[in-house]
Amino acid sequence: MSETAHADAHDDHDHRPTGWRRWVYSTNHKDIGTMYLALAMIAAIVGTAASVVIRLELHEPGVQFITDFQFYNVLVTAHGFIMVFFVVMPALIGGFGNWFIPLMIGTPDMAFPRMNNISFWLLPAALILLVIAGLIDGGPGTGWTVYPPLANADYHPGMAVDFGILSLHLAGASSILGAINFISTIINMRAPGMTFHRMPLFIWAMLLTAILLLLAIPVLAGALTMLLTDRNFGTAFFDPAGGGDPLLWQHLFWFFGHPEVYIMIIPAFGVISEIVSTFSKKPIFGYLGMAYAMAAIGVVGFIVWAHHMYTVGFNVETRAYFTLATMVIAVPTGIKIFSWLATMWGGSIKFDTPMLFAMGFIFLFVVGGVTGVTLANAGADQAFHDTYFVVAHFHYVLSVAAIFAMYAGFYYWIGKMSGKQYPEGLARLQFWVTFIGVNILFFPQHFAGMAGMPRRIPDYPDAYAGWNMISSWGAYITAVGAILFFVVLWKTLTSKETVSANQWGTGANTLEWTVESPAPFHTHEQTPSISTQPAE
Amino acid sequence: MQNSRRLIIGINSGVAFFFAAFAAFLASGANAAEPKPWQMNFQPAATPVMEKIIDFHNLLLTIQVGIVVLVLGLMLYIIIKFNSKSNPEPSKTTHNTALEVIWTVIPIVILIVLAVPSMKLLFFMDKAPNPEMTLKITGHQWYWSYEYPDNGGFEFDSNMVPDEEIKPGQRRLLEVDNQVVLPVNTEIRLLMTSEDVIHNWAIPSFGVKMDTVPGRTNESWIKVTKPGVYYGQCSELCGVNHGFMPVAVKVVSKEEFKKWTAKAKKEFANAKDAPVKVVEMNSPAQAKLR
Repeated sequence: MSETAHADAHDDHDHRPTGWRRWVYSTNHKDIGTMYLALAMIAAIVGTAASVVIRLELHEPGVQFITDFQFYNVLVTAHGFIMVFFVVMPALIGGFGNWFIPLMIGTPDMAFPRMNNISFWLLPAALILLVIAGLIDGGPGTGWTVYPPLANADYHPGMAVDFGILSLHLAGASSILGAINFISTIINMRAPGMTFHRMPLFIWAMLLTAILLLLAIPVLAGALTMLLTDRNFGTAFFDPAGGGDPLLWQHLFWFFGHPEVYIMIIPAFGVISEIVSTFSKKPIFGYLGMAYAMAAIGVVGFIVWAHHMYTVGFNVETRAYFTLATMVIAVPTGIKIFSWLATMWGGSIKFDTPMLFAMGFIFLFVVGGVTGVTLANAGADQAFHDTYFVVAHFHYVLSVAAIFAMYAGFYYWIGKMSGKQYPEGLARLQFWVTFIGVNILFFPQHFAGMAGMPRRIPDYPDAYAGWNMISSWGAYITAVGAILFFVVLWKTLTSKETVSANQWGTGANTLEWTVESPAPFHTHEQTPSISTQPAE
Repeated sequence: MQNSRRLIIGINSGVAFFFAAFAAFLASGANAAEPKPWQMNFQPAATPVMEKIIDFHNLLLTIQVGIVVLVLGLMLYIIIKFNSKSNPEPSKTTHNTALEVIWTVIPIVILIVLAVPSMKLLFFMDKAPNPEMTLKITGHQWYWSYEYPDNGGFEFDSNMVPDEEIKPGQRRLLEVDNQVVLPVNTEIRLLMTSEDVIHNWAIPSFGVKMDTVPGRTNESWIKVTKPGVYYGQCSELCGVNHGFMPVAVKVVSKEEFKKWTAKAKKEFANAKDAPVKVVEMNSPAQAKLR
């Protein structure tokens, strides 16, 4: 992407490998970021294809073409794993994080460039293991939650689940290494004068995400190892016949799993904060409140895990606690929403594509957020649990909101990354197609869920046909939006139209806009002065 | 049975759906609970728990629609008022302590307002105050079995009626060979466990949804206020045929229930070669566990 012509003139020792060595041996945060983004795009094609196949199967009642229901379950599982571990996390954390943490805090590279390399290259290996898991022994039909006993050797003999476990182990190791790198970089390598309270919110988001990763992933790793030994070495952590308990898995999984959903959405908060501020030509409103709201969401995220388990048979006091704790999250989330609105208030807003996606993010995140409050109540959840209402909820906050943040970040930064101007008209069309598509896709699922339709079923009672048909059409429209995105990507990379160092004008005042576009191979070799940076 | 409400749906025709939905709406006085085409809301409540869930959700929904409309309204106002054409000079405001306190405190107040009915609902639905009988439910891959420990101790399996055997008027994927029969207006304790993987016994119109976990006995309760047939589906991914183990409960008058238990005791005792296992009312169901 970046061109050799931009090598720094004053650096005679700028030795850079070329060809495949440039990528495989890369220790450059920009190249590694680019590889993360490329991996996310490849995985997104697979994950989206899986979801379209699911929606095709659900287009009408009865079996359409998936006669093997295990295969349907594998599709659901693969869709979840791929989207979480190989699309959202690599794009928002590995991709944008690697690219823009050094650029925004004014340092030449990440703290541990070689570790950065291995943390990326573990991920393709993990993806390959996951694909193998899906192709052998019937595949893992466990859902991304991998609940035993269904995931035990009794009910999933064969090696599919084992490959899935190893895949997650590698992806987890990759995330832990990345998190260590991010934390070290952000804590130690900020340009002089950039105190914690002057960091851009994107950097805050990345720091908090990395801390969440560092605390949550080891719990997953432990649980996965226990499942692996249960399956292969005769332990019985999760097997009641051996004195174990299937609910132990659920506790461990969700102790990781709930922070995980914030790991996916907090980087999105950071991206959206930068974009809203830039396009409103105003500093972020209530900066400290915004930063500490994210921190609060991260902290509370660790003490609410069992709200995913309201129907397992907890005693009532436990459910009461998790209900109240979960509802607390609405407060910092509300602070964020209102602060974004207040940032826009009084602004002089340009509605370019990144801003369209950012505003789409805010609105759709609110829609997904309020249904989250519904589901937070253990009493109400007894009606909603494991129905399509839940599917609608988490797709609004993840599929829609996190992916909107990815699109927004792409359009916001592609000029900086490639030096090329994306086609604005086509990009706006892509926004509208996607916005309309995801709403047609997911909004009817609220209705199907309230009417009682359970999740993860390959066929449904005929009464649910209507909303499912509409939902399927929404999926096709969304897929067209995704194809349009790749057209935009192609047109951008082959475009002759270049962009200036600061293509967004006065609103864009974080440090990445002070280096030329595309960002040279090495940047910030002289520590920038940030006496006026950033907006505070 | 409910022949009046035979709703066979032309799948491909949206128009037919709307008519069917309308017909279902007109027929809503009949006594069965199942999803309706184009249904946008809960199935009608058949237990006090579900009534309370619906009441609570109405409160939630009102507040939530208010919040979404507020945010949407503010965004539209911003789009109209603060675009670069109508407002070329951005303001410099970045703080307003009063405002920030307000948008922190108001959500807290709303949450407290929600928490009170939420806790009431939760504690109400937890346990039956005075259960008059017990139904024991066991999940299997992929069917349910039921025991009536204090009504003769018989047990039977309940399998889905496959598509090929569905008769006109029956509900595909919801009908079972042996419906659970229960008396109306009776507080019934439900004890649930599983023989293999985790399943979930759920009936939307009862407001009941409880995991059946191997090695554990979970408890829930119902008190059905109207006779009729009620349908639900397994609600926890349990393997290949997860979508094909429905729950169907036929609620009858207390007299009819007595007659049925007398009949069922013989029928299901004969049906099984093994002696019927009598589970006493309070005995832990872990006995079932292998």
